[in-house]
Amino acid sequence: MNKALEINHLKKSFGDLEVLKGISLNAEKGDVICIIGSSGSGKSTLLRCINLLDIPDSGEVWVNGELVNMTKNKAGNYYPQDQNQVDRIRTKLAMVFQSFNLWSHMTVIQNVVEAPIHVQKIDKNKANKLGLELLAKVGITEKADQYPSSLSGGQQQRVAIARALAIQPDILLFDEPTSSLDPELVGEVLKVMQSLAEEGRTMIVVTHEMGFAKEVASKVIFLHNGLIEEQGTPDELFNAPKSERLKRFLESNLEI
Amino acid sequence: MDSLALLGFGDTGWGDEMLRAALVTILVSLSAMAIGLVVSVFATMSKLSSSRFIRSIGNTYTTVVRGIPELLVIYLLYFGANNAIMGVAKKLFGYNQYIELPVFLIAAIAVGIISGAYSTEVIRGAFLAVPKGQIEASKSVGMNKFLIFRRILIPQVLRYALPGLGNVWQLTLKDTALIMVTGVVEIMRQAHVAAGSTYSPFIFYITAALLYLVLTSASSKALNSAESWANKGVRRA
Repeated sequence: MNKALEINHLKKSFGDLEVLKGISLNAEKGDVICIIGSSGSGKSTLLRCINLLDIPDSGEVWVNGELVNMTKNKAGNYYPQDQNQVDRIRTKLAMVFQSFNLWSHMTVIQNVVEAPIHVQKIDKNKANKLGLELLAKVGITEKADQYPSSLSGGQQQRVAIARALAIQPDILLFDEPTSSLDPELVGEVLKVMQSLAEEGRTMIVVTHEMGFAKEVASKVIFLHNGLIEEQGTPDELFNAPKSERLKRFLESNLEI
Repeated sequence: MDSLALLGFGDTGWGDEMLRAALVTILVSLSAMAIGLVVSVFATMSKLSSSRFIRSIGNTYTTVVRGIPELLVIYLLYFGANNAIMGVAKKLFGYNQYIELPVFLIAAIAVGIISGAYSTEVIRGAFLAVPKGQIEASKSVGMNKFLIFRRILIPQVLRYALPGLGNVWQLTLKDTALIMVTGVVEIMRQAHVAAGSTYSPFIFYITAALLYLVLTSASSKALNSAESWANKGVRRA
């Protein structure tokens, strides 16, 4: 069977700064992979390269056994060969952002049904029904007709999760989904994410929430300076870290 | 003649002439604004282009037009356009007679070019005001460029641009007074003519002022309701 996601030797630089120095990782269907590491280690860039919001300089991304076709332009830079393929693959890889990024001119329910109706051409009534179900799932049905600006951060992030689920993706990408939330709002978002993991969804989560990684992840990856420093089960990484750097990272993060 | 009779309708009064002139002012303003908006959409795209050459075209346009007096733009276009047309006619068809383009058209284009330069800055600012994250979110759910433009950018750009465009509209409306030099009989020209032939300048200029005020305040009312319609979902700080 095809792997849900396969990444080979991914490299990415911004100017002179090499952010990813050759990363490979696999996700089987149902895996919850948590990527941890200090800021600047390349976690977010890795996630953004997976759905091509950042274009990698080299390496391969396979989604459900389909390779994202890349080619080189005259200047020798990598870029996607077929934008239609990119758009199609992106509907299999929904992303939840640190800063929610809800469309501010649309109500909550409009945010959720936008892509199903206009990208996937699903019938409006069907999409609305699906949208309301998803809002119920993230516990925010009563806000369906409000605009994002009247919602708290935690509520906005739950809407963003519903919006991501609405395109019925195979893989969910989370880019530090709780990092811009007030501490008391973090729990409600993590709870939703945990229930998604329990449904058997494939998730790649960049996070600073060590408790979440420990409890929910099937695999944890510790990134340092653009390379995978250590990876394994939560038990292996949190209870028996091998590398000095990971030990130090865990110490400083557990103190908080 | 007392002042009311001066502004009366019919053969002796100037009231109907003034109203007709007001209608011309409205028509020139609307045409100029429309021309300006079309120009500014292209100029904005040019200014936001990644190519340096294309960027420089848009920048030159806004720098030149905003940097010289509006009256001068009108003169340049008024004389320049006729000369250009005559030059082309002579070269291509050997036509040697004097050609005059319809003044209304030249006036509308001239004010349109001025108004477009200011609209460009407004629209460019509005484009840059749409949060980048919302564009990334659109990409991440598989929306293509065209869809992002239509569903995410345009509604928000309109919202951010409306107050500024309202301002440009008021300026455009008032700039049409300058086209009296081309002979288009709008409010200012009509007031000037009436003032000269009746030796009662004040009464006609004050009438002109009132007409402009009616037009500007009516349009700012309309713009306010347009703004509140466009600002659904925006939290007022």
